[in-house]
Amino acid sequence: MKAWDAIVIGGGHNGLVNACYLQRAGLDVLVLEKNDWVGGAATSRELTPGFLYSNCSYVCSLFRPEIMRDLELPRFGLQVISYEGGAVFTRDGDYLANYRDHDAHRREFARFSKRDAEAYDRYSRDVTRQCRFIQPLLMRTAPDPTSFKPRDLGELLYLGKKFVGLSAEEMALTLRFWTMSISDFLDEYFETDVIKANFALSGIIGTALGPMSPGTAYVLLHHYMGEVDGSVGAWGYARGGMGAVTKALAASFKASGGTIRTGAEVDHVLIKKGKAKGVVLAGGEEIYGKLVVSNADVKRTFLKLVEEKELPEIFLRRVRNFKIRGSSGKVNIALDSLPEFPALPKDSPVYRADMHFTDSIERMERAYDDWKAGRWSADPFLDMMIPTTLDPTMAPPGKHFMSCFVQYAPPKIDGRDWTDADRDGFAESVISQIAQYSPGFRDRIVHMEVRTPREIEAEVGLTEGNIFQGELTFDQLLFNRPVPGYAQYRSPIGGLYMCGSSTHPGGGVMGAPGRNAAAEILRDLAKPTLHMSPAHDVI
Amino acid sequence: MTSSELNWDAIVIGGGHNGLVAAAMLAKSGRRVLLLEAGNEVGGAARTEEFAPGFRVSAVAHLLNRLHPDVVKTLELERHGLTIERGNFVPSVALSKNGPLTLHGAYGEVLTGASSAEQSAWKQLRAQLLRYAGVLKPFLSRRAPDLGNMSLAEMTGLGQTALALKRLGKEDMRDFLRVLLMNVYDLLDEQLSDDRLKGLLAFDATLGSHLGPRSPTSLLGLYYRLAGEIGGLAGAQVQPKGGMGAVVAAIRAAAEKAGVSIRHASPVARVIVEKGRAVGVVTQSGETLRAKTVVSAINPATTILDLVGPREVDTGFVRKVRNIRMKGDAAKLHLALDRPPQFPGVDAAGHKGRLVIAPSPDHVERAFNPSKYGAFSPEPVMEITLPSLVDASLAPCGACVLSAVVQYAPYALKEGWTAGKPLFLKAIMAQLEIYAPGIGATVRHAELLTPADIEARYRMPGHWHHGELQADQMLMSRPVSGWSGYDTPLEGLFLAGAGSHPGGGISGAPGLNAARRIIAMRA
Repeated sequence: MKAWDAIVIGGGHNGLVNACYLQRAGLDVLVLEKNDWVGGAATSRELTPGFLYSNCSYVCSLFRPEIMRDLELPRFGLQVISYEGGAVFTRDGDYLANYRDHDAHRREFARFSKRDAEAYDRYSRDVTRQCRFIQPLLMRTAPDPTSFKPRDLGELLYLGKKFVGLSAEEMALTLRFWTMSISDFLDEYFETDVIKANFALSGIIGTALGPMSPGTAYVLLHHYMGEVDGSVGAWGYARGGMGAVTKALAASFKASGGTIRTGAEVDHVLIKKGKAKGVVLAGGEEIYGKLVVSNADVKRTFLKLVEEKELPEIFLRRVRNFKIRGSSGKVNIALDSLPEFPALPKDSPVYRADMHFTDSIERMERAYDDWKAGRWSADPFLDMMIPTTLDPTMAPPGKHFMSCFVQYAPPKIDGRDWTDADRDGFAESVISQIAQYSPGFRDRIVHMEVRTPREIEAEVGLTEGNIFQGELTFDQLLFNRPVPGYAQYRSPIGGLYMCGSSTHPGGGVMGAPGRNAAAEILRDLAKPTLHMSPAHDVI
Repeated sequence: MTSSELNWDAIVIGGGHNGLVAAAMLAKSGRRVLLLEAGNEVGGAARTEEFAPGFRVSAVAHLLNRLHPDVVKTLELERHGLTIERGNFVPSVALSKNGPLTLHGAYGEVLTGASSAEQSAWKQLRAQLLRYAGVLKPFLSRRAPDLGNMSLAEMTGLGQTALALKRLGKEDMRDFLRVLLMNVYDLLDEQLSDDRLKGLLAFDATLGSHLGPRSPTSLLGLYYRLAGEIGGLAGAQVQPKGGMGAVVAAIRAAAEKAGVSIRHASPVARVIVEKGRAVGVVTQSGETLRAKTVVSAINPATTILDLVGPREVDTGFVRKVRNIRMKGDAAKLHLALDRPPQFPGVDAAGHKGRLVIAPSPDHVERAFNPSKYGAFSPEPVMEITLPSLVDASLAPCGACVLSAVVQYAPYALKEGWTAGKPLFLKAIMAQLEIYAPGIGATVRHAELLTPADIEARYRMPGHWHHGELQADQMLMSRPVSGWSGYDTPLEGLFLAGAGSHPGGGISGAPGLNAARRIIAMRA
């Protein structure tokens, strides 16, 4: 019976990145995907004729350029079209636009407040400096601070040096930044509600926290990282939707000799004498592998795919305590014509940008209060865009695809499961918000796909519908991610590795977890990693 | 030479407990010290005051749980009248409609009113919390590490902390690092199941800060509490006989014994700055007093922005000072009652303790929500003491004093506190009525101090800790980053109040550490 060199469970972007790097190192790799298509949460599917949806993730912002280059994704068809910044509509009929050009952006701020326009320079400088410390950590394995192995000590030293390289002032700012709320942070710079709301949204996307929660300033950085790179591929639409990213990854993988099996759901990992020997599919088929890498989140991997008796008690306890509460949903809409927003001039570049309707931090925070109380937000925060304004391939001529990321949506409603009626109520909160700013919007809707955390978990397999495979709070970052003692992509079971967003550095279509996990695996196999670019320091 | 030109070694601004501690320490080191107090009495928010004829109460702080042992020892407070005995420790009672749950001894050495499973879970959690708080405890009595420019002593201090961490053992250290910045809500959920116990802990973690139990970093509030000790035991609490004013009286006696000159009713108008150096103060009455060192034990923002003036320091520093968050959320309630109230199910010892209304962590979180938007909690949470049951002299015969710290009462109430105060009092009384039925009918006089009142009466702008006590305003970021070591950009000017590391509470630690710094610098 054939034994693969490596079996990757789950064909999401991190699983594919991991598989690509392993295959290119000379391993014979098999990727198993439960759905009939690959991509995980980075897929494009045609659910109604002629319209291609970016079903879950919707923007290419964080994907590491080093990985794109290593795996030659452009050669395998990935094209990223950068888009204009964005806009926040205000309730008085105006809007605040975000332009990619710093000076244009500053002028737009001045329209609302001269003081804020001046503060913007200071703000950009401070945030960029913060990225200088955090950005290089993305593509490195987090050290174990309790270990005295030379490698962990070396890595700690690296962190220390990086940290000491900052001035005392920056150090203090870094420490504050990690523990501040985005709201308090912005209060130190800006006075205008809509300007603060405009920045705050990056602090809450995908997070079960409100803008007033300490720690959200860090989440802002997590999202900012793609932007500061300034490289091609940062902040753009993938032509053909987000599925194009995983399609290119799959093509790159296959071109180097890798094998993908779709419709192959793994039931459990085959473990003998504490070592992973392969997997058993839902139908009972056994597949053998010298090592197994799980792209599934840490809860799914160790509470569903591995038997309890195989794991140490303390590890299980920590996995059970891992926080992975879903906080967002998605509404994808097929439109028979481009919606109009009377606040915008005709042909405004904002049509080709992301749009928001939450014009104050207070509204954002109140939306979070609903989540805490176990219900979807009555006045949700939307990150809405119409990718077809830049990529007409996603809809029939003249028609459009609209993607609405929606926050907040709890994993359970008042402690019970979501029902179809709940889902419809959730969708209505989204539609009615858009309709307030776009008369006639409802009449343009041809088809809709509504995804609450229930649908996201059922289809993509993300526990509780958490898009980051685990919350991005400090107790779950760096050496604490996913659980203390196992932040190096290994697990208590020999030959079983993790490569999903549950691991450092976390979620977003970034690819770093998949790549870093491959580096650790190859280290264990004593194989060279010359085909992996090191993280580049860009700032 | 007239008296006004008389030169002092040090002038201390503000006669709160930290000012008194700093002054006493400096005087003991041989310095000639003048302490200037704006009010007619020293003690600041730690006074005992009469709020209704014959009824006296601790003004703001009403429980002693963290007076630093170095302060007690160095100033020989026991010789000056402070007595703390193990027998004085009072319990914490979590009130509930389903009957109370009580933490006895030092923060629940014994837990009663809970299931046996909960008792053993609590035993474990309590031990863990005390262990972790113990790692952080040494930070209380020294300067926060100056990351950019560490002295050998500071390096050694950090090294000791690393060693303490290592002593925890590998798994415990991992847990320590995981939970350090976590929220209290999730941690309680992981380990406990009784809502009353969880509610009490959630309340303690967030007391005095603009955080709810679900806010990340809220667990630090609990660590801060448990890093404090009294009578040698972490987490213990006493109701001082004579109220908090008796504690202040002991510190004052120590200060006077050491030779500190204390002047009442002498508010300072400004700090005199000459060539970038603080050289004295001018009082509001126009008197000029010169000194080698000026120590301010009042709010850091007031000190820098009002007494020094933004012109004397660089804009970056001024900006940081302006950005210190101080949106106090705690109000203080004093009731003069005809007779002691009865909290059903609570025994006599419990009535002498701390009675907490915080029935569940969700309840505390819901109480927090409105404060984010400038509204008070419609169902506030609170800790109640009945000081006259411990010291009968505080109330007329047969009558009773109730003292409560109540949350959440945002400093900047949208409707303004003039309009809001009677409504908030009504909401508080409604909660009290639930847990002590009939109490409303026995109220002879009620005094509610909102954060605005506390500011006006005790000169504590915005916040009783002189600045929000949250992770980003702690340690090397307190009062502002770069200046956490009690010194300021102005030579000769030092900060010694609760706005400095380690922060608020009747600990005396900021005053103690500031004085030690000044002595070490030979300033």
